[in-house]
Amino acid sequence: MSRQLTYAEAIREGFAVAMERDPRVMLMGLGVPDPKGFFGTTIDLHKQFGPDRVMDMPCAENGMTGVVLGAALNGLRPVINHQRLDFALLAMDPMCTQAAKWNYMFGGVMKMPVVFRMILGRGWGQGPQHSQCLHSWFAHIPGLKVVMPTTPHDAKGLLIAAIEDDNPVVFLEHRWLHHIKGEVPAGHYTVPIGPARIARSGADVTIVAFSYMVLEALEAAEKLAALGVDAEVIDARSLRPFDREAVIASVKKTGRLVVADTGWAAAGMSAEVLAIATESAFTSLKSAPRRVCFPDCPTPTGPSLAAEYYPRAGHIVAAVRETLAWAPQADDWLVPVGVELDKPNPAFTGPF
Amino acid sequence: MLALVPTPLSATDELAHRLLEGMVRIRLIEEAIATRYASQQMRCPVHLSIGQEAASVGVCAALRHTDQVMSGHRSHAHYLAKGGNLRTMIAELYGRETGCCKGRGGSMHLVDLDAGFVGAVPIVGSTIPIATGLAFADRLLKRDRLTVAFLGEAATEEGVFHESANFASLHRLPIVYVCENNLYSVYSPLEVRQPAHREVYEMAAGHGIRARQVDGNDPLAVYDLMRESVAFARSGEGPVFLELKTYRWREHCGPGFDNHIGYRTEAEYLAWKARDAVAATEKRLRDAGTYQAERLDRFNGRVQAELDRAFAEAMRAPFPHASTLMDHVYAPSSNS
Repeated sequence: MSRQLTYAEAIREGFAVAMERDPRVMLMGLGVPDPKGFFGTTIDLHKQFGPDRVMDMPCAENGMTGVVLGAALNGLRPVINHQRLDFALLAMDPMCTQAAKWNYMFGGVMKMPVVFRMILGRGWGQGPQHSQCLHSWFAHIPGLKVVMPTTPHDAKGLLIAAIEDDNPVVFLEHRWLHHIKGEVPAGHYTVPIGPARIARSGADVTIVAFSYMVLEALEAAEKLAALGVDAEVIDARSLRPFDREAVIASVKKTGRLVVADTGWAAAGMSAEVLAIATESAFTSLKSAPRRVCFPDCPTPTGPSLAAEYYPRAGHIVAAVRETLAWAPQADDWLVPVGVELDKPNPAFTGPF
Repeated sequence: MLALVPTPLSATDELAHRLLEGMVRIRLIEEAIATRYASQQMRCPVHLSIGQEAASVGVCAALRHTDQVMSGHRSHAHYLAKGGNLRTMIAELYGRETGCCKGRGGSMHLVDLDAGFVGAVPIVGSTIPIATGLAFADRLLKRDRLTVAFLGEAATEEGVFHESANFASLHRLPIVYVCENNLYSVYSPLEVRQPAHREVYEMAAGHGIRARQVDGNDPLAVYDLMRESVAFARSGEGPVFLELKTYRWREHCGPGFDNHIGYRTEAEYLAWKARDAVAATEKRLRDAGTYQAERLDRFNGRVQAELDRAFAEAMRAPFPHASTLMDHVYAPSSNS
């Protein structure tokens, strides 16, 4: 019987394993030791490791991110945690202009082992300022590493890898993954930062998906299988470095490409994946690639608009139909009876 | 000829000589950079510290070699006063492989870890929280070490200054924030940036930090205040903020002068120049009858030779090879 944990439990276990193994590892963040423990991901860690290693902090994202950089330079391995990515944007200078350049601009004399952990919100009225998915911003910056694990296994393994890396790593968690269960080995292991995961092998179309959209892509692959289409799903769990070879090899095999991103299309990771495919597998493409992304507007708060906002498995199926030059089917966009689109699962009752 | 045996100096006069030497060394080096800048081989912005030497020298004289310092865009004096390597600094200005950043940083990114100079960056205020983090790690790891964050008065207008001061005060971190108030942020005077009825150091006091103000052109006064501040911060009493009033002589960025462009008056410049710390310290010693002219002459000669050598070496040194462009983007090893 495999060992099943939720994604949130896997993150917590990843922290505990990393902190037990290395006394230099410490967590900081507004609410990290609070009773709700960051959606359960840090719950009671302060009791196990003490308040110096699992620290609350002033409401000062910019300054405190600078503080963890200094702490990293002087021998700690800090993880700074943000309950939403939107708050971390206050710290773009220390993340992108300082940490990302530190090794390079000082000629490699210092290391910057720090993790910037951010949660991407969705649903239940998260709205314009609690749900931005700006992973592409970070993926743009040389000197950062950027990961977005989808499975509990990868969440723990990539978290430990990020903490043990000597470079600044942006670790992005989708809020709708926290309750997902999966197999998680006990103890210490790492998932290397870089390689993509082939979530499903297939021969007819490549679906490259990011974070939560991997789940939608796998659901789409099931629907496509019923239509006789064998889809390959690539979980692009590392954005920087990005596994170009996995995409190129898959597109050379399938000749068709759909990218499903949990974010906007313009100047984003989905555009990057299309660029890689057209630059390096152009002659293999049998049709124009398609993208399934957010509409080009801020996230609305109310449930009726939010339901329109987020693409689902059906949108991916529709995009695959386009790559096959099949006629569109209205059924693709039908919402299954009983599904509430602003909730990650039927048990969810808010508030955030 | 009989050698003159100098009378031993009092501790204060010896200190004044050392501080004077430190200031003279920085001034000679900065003037040499200004003079040679015209040859267009130092291809990076330079922010010279001439006029502000007393602050760096007075502060760093009160530090241990193992203490750490961070700074901003105008960092040459801080680097040199902390004992930063002159040869690697000059080579860095020339963009050479032998520079302290291997030609990746330039004047605005000096570093010398052996001297405890952890780094300087030109984004105003950005090293304040990083320096605070150095002190935070030292506190957690129970190291007996002090950090100094050099900043200009404009950096106190940045949010990160207040965020850092709040955190340092909260955790009583062993850090001294040294604010050189030279009245201008580039060409924007203090009066368009901060209210006239408030002194800069009072803001730090508002964060519950011990805050003091001193004449930044009096190296002995700076040193005395710094010694007391270092003892306070080191003992775990909490951080200290010092406002050092001073003035930059040269243009904001570059080797020349910029009084003529209209953002400040020649009269103001001349008034501050009349308060030159180098001349004042020399006069103080002459008036006391303890000035050791011969010692200072010899010192000047040594510095001149040292800097001539540093420039000659830098200009002979190789540029980093194109094949190394992508080196150091990431630290090579993981899981150290």
